[in-house]
Amino acid sequence: MTRLHAQDVTLGYEGRTVARDLSVEIPDDSFTVIVGPNACGKSTLLAALARVLAPQAGSVVLDGQAIASYRSKEVARRLGLLPQTATAPGGITVGDLVARGRYPHQQLLRQWSDDDEVAVAEAMALTNVADLASRLVDELSGGQRQRVWLAMALAQETPILLLDEPTTYLDISHQIDVLELCARLHAELGRTLVAVLHDLNQAARYATHLIALRKGGVVAATGAPRDVLTEELVTDVYGLACRVLPDPETGTPMVVPRRPERMGAAAGAASGVAPGAGPAVEGAGDGRPVAGG
Amino acid sequence: MSTPLVTGRLLRLGGGRISLRVGPRSVAVGAVAALIVVVGALVSLTTGAFPLTLAEVGETLVGQGSRATEFVVLDQRLPRLVLAVLVGAALAVSGAVLQSLSRNALGSPDVIGFTTGASTGALVAIVTFGAGTLGTSLGALLGGIVTALVVVTLSAGRGTQGLRMVLIGIGIGAALLAVNSWLITTAVLQTAVDAQAWLLGDLSNRGWPQILALGVGVVVLLPVLFGMARRLSLLELGDRPAGALGVDVGRTRTILLLCAVALAAASTAAAGPIPFLALAAPQIARSLTRAATPVLVPSALCGAALLVVSDLAVTRLFSPVPLPVGIATGLIGGLYLVVLLVRLWRGSTT
Repeated sequence: MTRLHAQDVTLGYEGRTVARDLSVEIPDDSFTVIVGPNACGKSTLLAALARVLAPQAGSVVLDGQAIASYRSKEVARRLGLLPQTATAPGGITVGDLVARGRYPHQQLLRQWSDDDEVAVAEAMALTNVADLASRLVDELSGGQRQRVWLAMALAQETPILLLDEPTTYLDISHQIDVLELCARLHAELGRTLVAVLHDLNQAARYATHLIALRKGGVVAATGAPRDVLTEELVTDVYGLACRVLPDPETGTPMVVPRRPERMGAAAGAASGVAPGAGPAVEGAGDGRPVAGG
Repeated sequence: MSTPLVTGRLLRLGGGRISLRVGPRSVAVGAVAALIVVVGALVSLTTGAFPLTLAEVGETLVGQGSRATEFVVLDQRLPRLVLAVLVGAALAVSGAVLQSLSRNALGSPDVIGFTTGASTGALVAIVTFGAGTLGTSLGALLGGIVTALVVVTLSAGRGTQGLRMVLIGIGIGAALLAVNSWLITTAVLQTAVDAQAWLLGDLSNRGWPQILALGVGVVVLLPVLFGMARRLSLLELGDRPAGALGVDVGRTRTILLLCAVALAAASTAAAGPIPFLALAAPQIARSLTRAATPVLVPSALCGAALLVVSDLAVTRLFSPVPLPVGIATGLIGGLYLVVLLVRLWRGSTT
């Protein structure tokens, strides 16, 4: 058994079920990436794995014990979460925000130890925000701010780190910065990482383990990106016709979407061309004709 | 390390077994507010229609005064002063906690209907049951707590809870205001006068038992809230981030809400509705300390200072018929807050 897994969990919010009887394992020491179409329950699954959302049925197991049975601070010493939406209080400095990541290691009368100082300094050095310590978070650019939030999660010094769409709202170079940092955390510092990503090519490049979710929170495939990321899977999960080529830089699978065929145009020679199947559209997908595969 | 990573001073005791992070500005603001309370206390005990020297007040406090000074100090001035300190601190902390939980400055108990609900409870006690002071206080306590439960239950659910709580609270507060007016019109004249007098909010004519009851509440609840201040500041990041950092979000929020509501209801039960203090005092404390977190202790001291000074103003400037203290809290607190905010916003845009 792995350190962290979800067993037959049913996830959802009041009156709306996102996933039913979902089971996933996070392999130890992996860089696991969860992909899937919008609203398929990726973030919800991540929230349940981090115990910030209670499953309606089933359980998440951390180190052989139901995660709900731990004290909150104990969970926060074993796994950290970089949530998608977090609000920085107005007027807070970068250093103070990163320092909040130390909360699970502190007590009411022990608010700042040498360990705290070292962990915060290291987290800020890793994420390249050490120079910003006394700046206000409000004044930072989006890319800097995301690195600060990441530093806060790193300061928590948890062996397992969950990241909910860490690259959203970042330009391509900042996306790569964040992903390279994650790869380093995984490879050099031995952290187990779980990230939700939208970009399949980035997922294929950086993940050691891929979990593809289909709409309705169903696992479509799991395994190494090389084995999992195929034309069939992308068509199946996203309803998107595509070609999968080796990435010229890394050799990992690279997804190249096909253009939808226009009315009256000559029939495409290649298989898998879906009329009207453009980029995956949220809320659609029922009864849409998907050819090929 | 050349530049410190985090703000504030570090206090270390017992070889690092105890370490506290303290903001110098918070300490300074708290100290100045405490000084204002002390000076205000000395002025209010010694001046008035029957001036006393400090020595006379001191003798009276240790039980060696004359009958006249005992009446003036122990029955007139001291209860009023103690009540002002307690109510000021309680309302300010209640406001600070509720504003932080709702992430909205308008989320204070006097804006979101909790105080109005307490008034409704008191009026029902006075008008319907002909209750005396004790019954009125109980009515106010119940009314405030029930109103808070209704507002919190209705605003529960997903999404931006804070704004929803503020809007629902304003709606319920408006409805209760109408109920309050209606209750007064149904009463016979003398009862209506009593009820109207209660509604003005006043620190006089409160007996020691009522003051003690509020005192117990304050002594128990304030430390609980002070101890939860760090968790409160983590909740400001959002529910999920706070949960990921090891805060038991549901339980923490419930305890904070209960304590804050109890403080607001108990203050209203003891002194009637005192407008604006719960809104203004935490905002004043937060802008003066420039803290990025709710500052509960400075808020408490600012609230106490504001109410002591306001009460002095209405009793000494307008004697022999003092104005209701609420008028002064509105004027002093409101104007001061406007000045602070204008300066703050001007400063931030340039």
